[in-house]
Amino acid sequence: MASQSTSRIDIIRQLQGEVLALQGGVHRAARPFQGFQAAFEYAFPGQRFPTGVTHEFISQNPEAATATNGFLAGLLHHLLGNEGICLWVSSRQYIFPPALRAFGNAPDRVVFINCPRPQEVLWTIEEALKCEALSAVVGEITHLGFKESRRLQLAVEQSHVTGLLHRRLVSAPNIVACATRWVITPLPSAWQDNMPGVGFPRWRIKLLKVKNGRPGAWDMEWRDSRFQLVPNDRLVNDTFTQRKAG
Amino acid sequence: MLRRYVSIWFPYLITDRMSIRHPELKTLPFVLAAPEKGRMIIKAVNPLAAIQGIHQGMAVADARAIFPELKVLDPPPDLAPNLLRKLAEWCIRYTPLAGIDLPDGLLLDASGCTHLWGGELLYLQDIEAKLMGHGYRVRLAIADTIGAAWAIARYDKVRSIVAPGEQLTALLPLPAAALRLDADTVCRLEKLGLYRIEHFIKMQRPALRRRFGDSILVRMDQALGNRVEVFEPALPEQPYQQWLPCPEPIATAKGIEIALSALLEELTARLKAEEKGVRTAVLKCFRVDGQQQQIAIATGRPSRSVRHLFKLFEIRIAQLEPALGFELFLLEAPVVEALSVTQENFWGDNESSQEAIAQLLDRIAGKIGGHTICRYLPDEHYWPERSVKRAKDFFEMPQARWPDAWPRPLHLLPQPERIEVTVAIPDYPPILFRYQEKVHRIARADGPERIEQEWWIEKGLYRDYYYVEDEEGCRYWLFRAGHYHDHHPEWYLHGYFA
Repeated sequence: MASQSTSRIDIIRQLQGEVLALQGGVHRAARPFQGFQAAFEYAFPGQRFPTGVTHEFISQNPEAATATNGFLAGLLHHLLGNEGICLWVSSRQYIFPPALRAFGNAPDRVVFINCPRPQEVLWTIEEALKCEALSAVVGEITHLGFKESRRLQLAVEQSHVTGLLHRRLVSAPNIVACATRWVITPLPSAWQDNMPGVGFPRWRIKLLKVKNGRPGAWDMEWRDSRFQLVPNDRLVNDTFTQRKAG
Repeated sequence: MLRRYVSIWFPYLITDRMSIRHPELKTLPFVLAAPEKGRMIIKAVNPLAAIQGIHQGMAVADARAIFPELKVLDPPPDLAPNLLRKLAEWCIRYTPLAGIDLPDGLLLDASGCTHLWGGELLYLQDIEAKLMGHGYRVRLAIADTIGAAWAIARYDKVRSIVAPGEQLTALLPLPAAALRLDADTVCRLEKLGLYRIEHFIKMQRPALRRRFGDSILVRMDQALGNRVEVFEPALPEQPYQQWLPCPEPIATAKGIEIALSALLEELTARLKAEEKGVRTAVLKCFRVDGQQQQIAIATGRPSRSVRHLFKLFEIRIAQLEPALGFELFLLEAPVVEALSVTQENFWGDNESSQEAIAQLLDRIAGKIGGHTICRYLPDEHYWPERSVKRAKDFFEMPQARWPDAWPRPLHLLPQPERIEVTVAIPDYPPILFRYQEKVHRIARADGPERIEQEWWIEKGLYRDYYYVEDEEGCRYWLFRAGHYHDHHPEWYLHGYFA
């Protein structure tokens, strides 16, 4: 009986994978993404951070925008590996390149495109997402319509590039077509035994929407080149009820 | 040791070459002409045109006046050096030391070689017959010195062998130009009535030096053998190949992969030193039973990335049939192309991605302007605004290490912004600061990190930087400009940490 049930689980898992592939938008990368702890990965379809799709990040003040960029820099470390090249498109140079070192990235492997006009930012992000040779594209943009986001999603479905769209200082975020929607806000850091000094960057990560996954909220720290969960009793992951992917 | 040099002169080098390539030109008088100062000047003539009285340096219009049916062709660019190099390599059969003598000759160091052909006369006759057989008209001479051989080959219509030690008597009746003097010196000599070498070779050296400079004495000494003259022999190009003999026959795919990567490492090391990249490569495997098998690859762009070439070979390894095993591997690169060192580093090993990204950036630069594309490299300054510089191009690699000893904010404000602070004790981080009407109470702080102004670039106060975190968990980079000594120091916000 036991072997029968395990084989049934295997079959279901296999079918789920096939359905995911049919639904599109989830690309099986050759190299699995390993930046998260297992507990966190349960939020994603197939227990794996989806690559080859567009992710939406929302920030509403400069501090949160920086925290979001820190989280993106951490993601890039795992998306780029040693050889990948990334385009960082924004309306002006917000990032101070040496700081990317702290998130395990070689700043000279990131090419920044600073175009002052919003249409140009959008065009550049779309062109970059079509380029299969890039490992990831970060786009910092404030106004993004549903139609435009759909175009970006279609671009990545062809090229399997991971698009990280950071909607900077957006006051009332509209619905866009992305596989996930995240909000990242800074949290007070802490040292063991309450030692003085500023600790590792710590954020509250809210995954508001994830296609075929379980939304939730976590407290995380960037430590040893990984996102490490910080235990927090106050957070109840069921606050965000599972909703249908859209 | 007695040295003997052969000078080979090709009076019609380029035109002979063209006649060999295009046999229909053999029976036509033709010249090669290029524009010079607004006129077409003849650069080379073939023998049939030379008979008509047409010579090098003449204007085409003048030549046409003499011989209206003259055929005028464009000279092939840079033909002479490459052609001479090939001929010099061909001459390796006569001597191990063969060099080119621009613009139209070769030099062979024939010391100790001629007896193999049965004497100097037979040696020269053999070279001449072979080159004539190829279609080149040549004049040869052999002498103790390069200078004498050169002079006899070009200016003595009769002799071609100068017996050892006889160079002085052989040179005496030759014109002054036979000493390889520049045109200016020859002209001055002729003005003074010194047409032939015998007219001035016995003159007192200080007198010659005073009137014609040092070079005439150098050339005389070289021709007579009083001064050593060296020439650079042309070395035959080494083919790009690497051998790997195996003590035990290799029959497994893994073994072949190891052999292949070892060979690729050696080949790419050499290619790197010569700034070249592979376009095609062949792996030849010699089997124990005497059979040979091979797999070949080709690349779209020159490459010397071991990983990339290995991947191309890897998919073909299955085609090899080792049977009892291979005992020898030979990796050849028949076609190589120039590839600069910096080109490959930044863009990694993958050639196609390099191409694709270059195309993308070209498109972006074309649409919204190249100034919007920035890549940053570390600059060796501690002052934050000066610690990065824009890379000149996409191939420039960091010359210095990226600094990571001190925390740096992920967002650096373009201009530090004034803040109001409350500080408990001087040289301590503030308790709170006010920025844009909002009060931030500081919970944690690191610092100070003092960064001095570089006085040789800019004058100003030093900065004491603090990495602080407020009660809400937002992290900032603050600094105090200057010290507390006798004024109220100003505080600034300079960046946000993640």
